[in-house]
Amino acid sequence: MNDLEHLESQSVYILREAYNQLDKLAMLWSIGKDSNVLLWLIRKAFFGRVPFPVVQLDTGMELPEVYAFRDRVAAQWDLDLKIEQCPPESEMDPTLPPATRAAARKTEGLKNLLRTGHYQGIFVGIRRDEQATRAKERVFSPRTLEGAWDVKGQPAEFWDHYKTRFPMGTHVRIHPLLHWTELDIWRYSKAENIPIVPLYFARDGQRYRSLGEKNITFPVQSSASSIDEIIAELETTRTPERAGRSMDNETEDAFERLRSVGYM
Amino acid sequence: MSSELTAAAVAAFHRPLRIVIVGHVDHGKSTLIGRLLNDTDTLPEGKVAAVEEMSRRRGMPFEWSFVLDALQAERDQGITIDTTQIGFRTARRGYVIIDAPGHTEFLKNMVTGAAGAEAAVLVIDAGEGALEQSRRHAYLLHLLGVRQVAVAVNKLDLLGFDERRFEHTKAEIENYLADIGIVPSAVVPIAARHGDNIAGRSANMPWYVGPTIVEALDNFTVPVPDSDQPLRLPIQDVYKPDDRRILAGRVESGRFKVGDTLYFAPGGRSATVVGIEAWNIDTPWTSAVAGQSVGLTLDRRIFVERGDIAYHAETPPDESHLLQLRVFWLTERPLEVGRGYTLKVATAEHRVVVESIDRVIDVDTLTAREAATVARNEVADVVVRSRSLTAIDRAVFLPRTGRGVLLDEFDVVGGAIVLDTRQDKPADIKAGNIHAPTSAVSTGDRVRANGHRGGILWMTGLSGSGKSTLSAALERTLFERGRQVVVLDGDRLRLGINSDLGFSPEDRSENIRRVAEVARLFADTGLIVITALISPTLADRARARAIGGRGFQEIFIKADLTVCEARDPKGLYAKARRGEIADFTGISAPYEAPVDPELVVDTGALTREDALDLLLGYVEENFGINTDWENEGSGV
Repeated sequence: MNDLEHLESQSVYILREAYNQLDKLAMLWSIGKDSNVLLWLIRKAFFGRVPFPVVQLDTGMELPEVYAFRDRVAAQWDLDLKIEQCPPESEMDPTLPPATRAAARKTEGLKNLLRTGHYQGIFVGIRRDEQATRAKERVFSPRTLEGAWDVKGQPAEFWDHYKTRFPMGTHVRIHPLLHWTELDIWRYSKAENIPIVPLYFARDGQRYRSLGEKNITFPVQSSASSIDEIIAELETTRTPERAGRSMDNETEDAFERLRSVGYM
Repeated sequence: MSSELTAAAVAAFHRPLRIVIVGHVDHGKSTLIGRLLNDTDTLPEGKVAAVEEMSRRRGMPFEWSFVLDALQAERDQGITIDTTQIGFRTARRGYVIIDAPGHTEFLKNMVTGAAGAEAAVLVIDAGEGALEQSRRHAYLLHLLGVRQVAVAVNKLDLLGFDERRFEHTKAEIENYLADIGIVPSAVVPIAARHGDNIAGRSANMPWYVGPTIVEALDNFTVPVPDSDQPLRLPIQDVYKPDDRRILAGRVESGRFKVGDTLYFAPGGRSATVVGIEAWNIDTPWTSAVAGQSVGLTLDRRIFVERGDIAYHAETPPDESHLLQLRVFWLTERPLEVGRGYTLKVATAEHRVVVESIDRVIDVDTLTAREAATVARNEVADVVVRSRSLTAIDRAVFLPRTGRGVLLDEFDVVGGAIVLDTRQDKPADIKAGNIHAPTSAVSTGDRVRANGHRGGILWMTGLSGSGKSTLSAALERTLFERGRQVVVLDGDRLRLGINSDLGFSPEDRSENIRRVAEVARLFADTGLIVITALISPTLADRARARAIGGRGFQEIFIKADLTVCEARDPKGLYAKARRGEIADFTGISAPYEAPVDPELVVDTGALTREDALDLLLGYVEENFGINTDWENEGSGV
């Protein structure tokens, strides 16, 4: 087995554990490169099917290419797509820094989804190497109904035994890509020929390295216009992946605060 | 996977080695990692400036540990609370570094981090030596299966880079590690804060000629999955996407190919692999090796469920109810004799009860002592009895199917490795002084002659629930269908083989044991044995199950006490209510309902005919000649 097959096998194992052990599942689809890989791995695990709903937390602020990609792929892959409209920014905690406040809309959208959909498990395509608080995550990460993350009291998780039992009113975030890196995502996308939103490829000397809403995400300088060129770029770059995400860098603990109340 | 990557690109991406950094709190683990990342040019742009700013704001000199301690509370308190992971590369290969908290309060987080590692660096403060937590971490590494260990003796800058102080600490930790079976690959003197002997050789310690930390890491090897070991494929789930019936699971050790006959433990049913199913692959898979998640289809329909383990005929796992485990305990409420837990091994879950605590191991001195409980952060050898038959390996033989976690209600409360499995027999039988002669007639011969398998239908329930009525009706109907069947009735046995027994708790237990032994003898000769005993306690029925072997089926004849008392076929409830019978189950003695019986027959809700139909259907499905029987002893 090569390293990509190892990564794939581990993710498939996690997906199948969740599917067997939990009742009502959904996957969050941001339509970015990571959640596209996650969607692909789900089809691997369940022999071509996606046996639960795929949810987009929509702020109406995505770029047009993202919406076009969503509609095309959802139809092609026969997805049970649900679109959850996030509440407006005016309803967010005013003490948060501006970009963090904009990002908090997705947290609230997710809470609404959980309240109405009664999901027990939510698949999220985050990775440890993206951001330091995500590096602290468990594969199965229990949350209160309000989505709060008890970062100081996380469950023991070892030898592939995951937290699959919890009292009523709790849900669990499942992170099948936690052990992948940005480079792994691109190499796997290439090896498997997974569809990708074209915004990741450079046009006029710029590309999106991490794809978020247009008001709080910015393209980075790059000439990488193919996956091979992106892979070559990543092997030498010292720029962090989320450098174009305003909310990560507003204050020392902005992202931790966001995540501890339920952000992905 | 249709890999079009160039050969060079593939070569550059060997799987990274996962290393964990462990040791006592404040001995400098996070500092070592921060320095390692910096000195290997791994940190992203802006990270050092951000750490500088965090340190300045707290009025501290530059604090390397802030590179990893991502949580506000960690930085404010200056300790690592939870485990984290970060990648870096040397000229030789890629690594994932796992930082594990050293504080005793967060041992479960240390275990969470360290269990995923393939090698470890144990960091020890040269001034303080191998304190308790260093020793505990070293001991746990061993239990967790981390075999490659290097030691970093830190803070030599505070001791004037004194060689003698280093040699003293080195000897101390080497002695301890030798006692637990670890030979460190290197013991490196370092000053993590200043980068001495991390990536580059220290000018301050010219007396040291061994490897730097980076060289020590590069000398580790990346373990390959055990594809040459016996096959173990624990079943995760069964999917029916279309007309296929796909068994899903991950190969934990060994390999198999299409055309192989696989056996499934516990029980030993067998079938042949006709296909390995996968989506979006160029050419169909014809074989699979350790580490792969697969789906497979079989040539015939046999009963297989989550938790079963597929293996090859010549290398079966052990099957046992009694397990000797070495446990490490992670939770406030201590482990106690008599308490029940759920043991998860691979994908199987078993309800177990702690029968004894053989010894608690003091990880500091490595001495053993007797104890009635196992407290948080302690290591102990215990014996547990499982309700269900476990298919399991000894950890020294096959670690991935020889270890697991213990759960109490919702939470993982401990880890366990299997030291040994025990058969439930007296000492002189275990010692091999008594040998059961093999029968001249094999089980297979009997099944072919009878047209069905033997086994035990152990009916349990309150007096008046319908055990005797149903067992008589079932016996008659099965007999008329040509089945070899017998009822062992509690009252009838008490007139003969059990006539020396009364109704004390001890005698009732012995009564049940004897019935189970007799039932087993009959079942082994191919009979369908129906027992009808109240058998009120979980413990007695667990023992009966252990005696009964593979063919034992617990049938809960269920009816509410009020219903049974209203029926009162023998007038016993009335007597018990008048106080004429002591310890009467349901009135003055408890009935412990089965937790997970093979079948529940609710005679409060079903008519007698429907209850009988349910039982008949169950027998035909589980004792029929059509199910696979050739490769096992008696029963299912």
